[in-house]
Amino acid sequence: MNKKIYLLLLIFCISIHIKAQQTPAAKQSQSVLILNATAHLGNGKIIENSAIGFVNGKISLVADATLIRLAKDAYDITIDASGKHVYPGFIAPNSTLGLVEIDAIKSSDDEGEIGVMKPHIRSIIAYTADSKVIETVRPNGILMAQITPREGRIAGTSSIVQLDAWNWEDAVIKENDGIHVNFPSTFKRSGSWFEPGGIEANKDYKKQVSELNAFLSDAKAYLGTASKDRNLVLEATKGLFDGTQTLFINANEEKQIMDAVQFAKDNGIKKMVIVGGYEAYKTAELLQKNNISVLLRRVHEMPLKEDDDIDLPFKSAKLLSDKGVLVGLENSGSMERMNTRNLPFLAGTCVAYGMQKEEALKLITSNTAKILGIDAQCGTLEQGKDATLFISEGDALDMRTNKLTNAFIQGRSISLETHQTKLNDRYKSKYNQK
Amino acid sequence: MKKTVLLIVLSFLLTKTYAQEYFPNNESIPNKTMNFTAFTNARIYVTPTQVIEKGTLLIQNGKVIAAGTTVEIPKNCTTINLDGKSIYPSFIDLYTSFGVEKPKRNMERNPMYDTKRTGYYWNESIRSEVNAFENFAYDQAKAEELLKAGFGVVGTHVQDGIARGSGTLIALNNFDASKQLLSDRVSNHFGFTKSATTNQAYPSSLMGMMALLRQMYFDLDWYKKGNSATKDLSLEALTNNEKLVQIFATEDKLNSLRAAKIAKEFGLNYVLKGSGNEFERLDEIKKTNSRFIIPINFPVAYDVSDPNQADQMELKDLRFWNQAPTNLKVLSDNGIIFALTTDKLKKIEDFRTNLLKAIKYGFDKTKALEALTTIPAAILGKSDQMGTLKIGSLANFVVTSGEIFDEKTTLYENWVQGNKYVVNDITSKDVRGTYDLTINNEKFIWKIDGEVAAPKSDISTKDSKKVKSKLTISDNWLSTVIKSNDTTKTTFTRLIGYIDNTENLLGKAILPDGTETKWSAVKTSPFVKTVEAIKTEDQFKIMPTTFPNVAYGNTKKLEAQTMLFKNATVWTNEKEGILQETDVLIKNGKIAAIGKNISDASATIVDAKGKHLTSGIIDEHSHIAISNGVNEGGHNSSAEVTIQDVVNSEDINIYRDLAGGVTISQLLHGSANPIGGRSAIVKWKWGASPEEMLYKDQPGFIKFALGENVKQANWGITNPTRFPQTRMGVEQVFIDYFQRAKEYDLAWKKYNTSGKKGKAPRVDLDLQTIAEILNSERFISCHSYVQSEILMLMNVADKFNFKVNTFTHILEGYKVADKMKAHGVGASTFSDWWAYKFEVNDAIPFNGPIMHNAGLVVAYNSDDAEMSRRLNQEAAKAVKYGDVSEEEAWKFVTLNPAKLLRIDNKVGSIKVGKDGDVVLWNNNPLSIYAKAEKTVIEGVVYYDSKKDEENRVTIAKERNDLISQLLQEKNKGMITQEPKKTEKVEYHCDTMEE
Repeated sequence: MNKKIYLLLLIFCISIHIKAQQTPAAKQSQSVLILNATAHLGNGKIIENSAIGFVNGKISLVADATLIRLAKDAYDITIDASGKHVYPGFIAPNSTLGLVEIDAIKSSDDEGEIGVMKPHIRSIIAYTADSKVIETVRPNGILMAQITPREGRIAGTSSIVQLDAWNWEDAVIKENDGIHVNFPSTFKRSGSWFEPGGIEANKDYKKQVSELNAFLSDAKAYLGTASKDRNLVLEATKGLFDGTQTLFINANEEKQIMDAVQFAKDNGIKKMVIVGGYEAYKTAELLQKNNISVLLRRVHEMPLKEDDDIDLPFKSAKLLSDKGVLVGLENSGSMERMNTRNLPFLAGTCVAYGMQKEEALKLITSNTAKILGIDAQCGTLEQGKDATLFISEGDALDMRTNKLTNAFIQGRSISLETHQTKLNDRYKSKYNQK
Repeated sequence: MKKTVLLIVLSFLLTKTYAQEYFPNNESIPNKTMNFTAFTNARIYVTPTQVIEKGTLLIQNGKVIAAGTTVEIPKNCTTINLDGKSIYPSFIDLYTSFGVEKPKRNMERNPMYDTKRTGYYWNESIRSEVNAFENFAYDQAKAEELLKAGFGVVGTHVQDGIARGSGTLIALNNFDASKQLLSDRVSNHFGFTKSATTNQAYPSSLMGMMALLRQMYFDLDWYKKGNSATKDLSLEALTNNEKLVQIFATEDKLNSLRAAKIAKEFGLNYVLKGSGNEFERLDEIKKTNSRFIIPINFPVAYDVSDPNQADQMELKDLRFWNQAPTNLKVLSDNGIIFALTTDKLKKIEDFRTNLLKAIKYGFDKTKALEALTTIPAAILGKSDQMGTLKIGSLANFVVTSGEIFDEKTTLYENWVQGNKYVVNDITSKDVRGTYDLTINNEKFIWKIDGEVAAPKSDISTKDSKKVKSKLTISDNWLSTVIKSNDTTKTTFTRLIGYIDNTENLLGKAILPDGTETKWSAVKTSPFVKTVEAIKTEDQFKIMPTTFPNVAYGNTKKLEAQTMLFKNATVWTNEKEGILQETDVLIKNGKIAAIGKNISDASATIVDAKGKHLTSGIIDEHSHIAISNGVNEGGHNSSAEVTIQDVVNSEDINIYRDLAGGVTISQLLHGSANPIGGRSAIVKWKWGASPEEMLYKDQPGFIKFALGENVKQANWGITNPTRFPQTRMGVEQVFIDYFQRAKEYDLAWKKYNTSGKKGKAPRVDLDLQTIAEILNSERFISCHSYVQSEILMLMNVADKFNFKVNTFTHILEGYKVADKMKAHGVGASTFSDWWAYKFEVNDAIPFNGPIMHNAGLVVAYNSDDAEMSRRLNQEAAKAVKYGDVSEEEAWKFVTLNPAKLLRIDNKVGSIKVGKDGDVVLWNNNPLSIYAKAEKTVIEGVVYYDSKKDEENRVTIAKERNDLISQLLQEKNKGMITQEPKKTEKVEYHCDTMEE
């Protein structure tokens, strides 16, 4: 009984704490022109003295300010961004933003449903648009995310959102964009709780892969007939076969990745992406040949093997890109939600380890948009696309200089305040009271 | 009832002739003999170095009477002519669990804090009262395995717990039970494993075990002096066992160093039972001056034929397979005294195979014999009774066909206390070879190979068709069963014959229809040991041992250089600020000069134009490079434990940290309990030993913790059982401990100042450490999150009149920065972590800057192996979020942590006279684009990006070479094992070991 009361109290406390603090911005009513900034288009190009205009949420102008002539009042608002930088909004794929508020508190955790094959589980309905974590990632330039369910062999279906919305319906950029598979691992841990063993070959690997195969061939067979008995689980995979959904396969080992590629081919999957890809660099040619892109696991991590190059995670994106594989960066792992705000610096590290800056920028903008299938709408600063972009005082890929002054999502000027900035203001003023 | 009587009668009947003299005898006439047995014409190894050619060994009543060339043979003597044969003292294995069972594991998972035993030590892993003999049952079958391998005497004990009690010495006498027990208490055992019988939470870590042992020895001393009001059978047993050989099972090279450390502290002399990896830390192992017991369970080759699986193997494991057989040679060449053991072998019969392998890899045969005879006897203090064939020794010896460590040699007999155990019949004729076999006019080819006493039969027809057959030899009678070639029926032809002439075998055959006829076999070619022939060539190239012996290890111990960095941008962290185009000279491990146009003829010049030179990064809060447990969470206070005991010099993360410019870390205990353990401040001297890594004359630090971890808030529903469960309880834990420590300290001061009269107080390592805090001899680094508890600890400290040195994590420090300033405490925080648990809900990335602006000493730490190597970037976040100047932000990860650790007099800035701990960066060190090119500690370059590139090439090549060796091994038909690797555990504050 006591415990129940305690629990209720706890939930009560949390819900007070979790109330949204930033009000979503209203629809763009006035046209905006950003002048003289260095524009990083996200497609590899830079315009030094740029003119970026947007109207009704869409980009209407991307030009070299020194080469065009604009009528004085062509735009309602002009922002002089001399010396500053403009970027397309960064995209965080394979994210659980809004699915968990506080890692350690189970009652705030909606990231993984129980079960094995569950393509019908949809992340979007659990997405808390007013999560306090979300507002802290925007001031570093992360303006969109793919909200992805976890756990199980088939984890479920993701959706892509923009990060300034009253609720999940308003947040959607693309609903049910992909299905996420955790491919069987070729290795597993052995031993028991009192005598932990080592890591050894997973003897059930073949069996587990064939179960996955069986599930998809079942689905295909089911979808091919007009059955009266509906199977909602199998039905949820429909998009994989007609090309409207992407199959995201989490795989890190070389063999796993190669088997995953074959698996997708065998099952007639139209569009497949490798997520994780620790050893993807070893299979780069296969991936490139089959037009399979990679959402590369957290750059800021340790090598998984002692003998690996100590900077392997730092340079993996370059190794893959150099071989012609389309790469985006994802950041799943420990404390992943709050860590989302460090996404730009993952790209920055790729620069330190050999990539060109504008190429590294693609890893969190246009490449990701292509991989997620939203590149017609976002990912670069190009005419006709969503005006989801931001202005930074300096190079946004380096923490030394990543300082946002303005950010826009679909043309709406969003707040860069957070509960954290409020606490900052509050306590700075506390010490000024004396 | 009747059955019992029958049994008693039976047991009398079964009593052997040689029963002890005062035992009742059920034979009609006592058949006691005083006969002698003489073994003549043998080569006799009286000791490994004293050999008699064509000598006589005379024994009587299980003892050696004489050994020599002129031994007079008494009349009542049986003489055995061993012409051409050799006699060796049989082997002794000090470390077995022969005849004793390991206790059953307690499967209760809910931890218990107090013991349920009465009359014994407070910790259930101290089981010194256990005596192996009390639950000993002679294991006839196991004894046979050991006898076959040449052993005559074994020490056995219960391999369970930290203090394991006394061991028993047993003669492997399968004939006379009354003589098996040589000594019921011969050794006293220790090990680094918790008892399987207990679910007591303490100790949960290796450092806890170290501390427990120390406390145990202090308690022992105190108890012996009659200070205890209660009876403690564990301590009494320890006292009784004090004179015995003290054997400590360490099972690892670094653990051997740890056990030796305890031995040194308490003036003990442990014989260390190692694991076979001693060669990897040879110098340190040698310096322990300990004697060792070494197992020879060399790893079986890994099956790497699947490249995907092979890829998963770590170089260190591949390399260990390659190097392990050299361990004995290396130890022996370096004068380390050790005995050998069969421990950890899957099968006892592997002992000989592995020992021969070690000999093939250079281990001296005489040393091998010593390690099995005279050395174990000497360790036991029983050199006059066993291990040699000197007069008066046990008549324990083996009879062999030749040199005992020769592959071709056959072990015939193993005599224990004058009783013969036959391994291979010495009279057996060797029928091996190829014969033309004729049965009833039908011709076959008969190939006999295998062992002399256990030959294998291979029969084929003239047109090379195999015929199934089975051959057995007993007392020189040969019998063979041959399956008929007719596949429709199961019928047999049987051969029998007495072996007289091995060139020409003959005898009686019984055909499938029952008719009897003759058979004969004429030898056409002699036996050749084909498999063995290949084996002698399988010596692989041995890979060099590196320091540490893992990937990226150094091929030799590194040395300090005089280095001159020219034209660098120098971040001094001193009032000079950031100097452009400046030279820095490092000499004798110190910063010798800073300025323009410095020259030094002896210096290695480093062109640093366009590059940045800083002092090394200092991580105030790290948990890398720790062996077996970062938390001793079994008690509310574990002030008695110290990370200094468990620094793991072999951790690859040290090298990775260096590559991120980190030169010093404070390795902190975890945060599972309010009063954690003591810290180790280390310099990352990659390749050095754990002791060498410890920062010299380091100030004492201890971890404290507050909040969710200590109140077990995130431990699930069933586990929380330990007080405190709230922050309210945490305060009381502190007050209680500090009060007790104060009283403890007073009691000792009183005792010491009163000329040590009366009863000495009990040494309590826990309270003693806490008293050091009260006396400002030890400093607290306290894991903390929310403002209430931060204020609480400062209040407690004020009450007890000391200062909290550092709040670590301190995510709500910004809320009470003014009060922290008033208290005089520093802050070591994360740049931007939050949202991982409830208590970090108000954590903000502006925390560091606010505290900094309030005048606190602020550091950014990692608490994470990965983040540790990017602390330079974390410092940049103070610039990003709080507009701290770059120069000040850089101090967050260098000078400020040095101040918090009270080592800023020697490190933390580039200043003449300070330690030469510097990092050369290719870019502004705060930038995401910066990479460390060289990391230098005291003038030694421990990381060099160019050398790192070379390392990668070497690693790839060595892996490839080793994999090719393994493939050769598999092709030879050797047994292989599945690729497997150990899992690396990265520790955080709240990592609890099971």
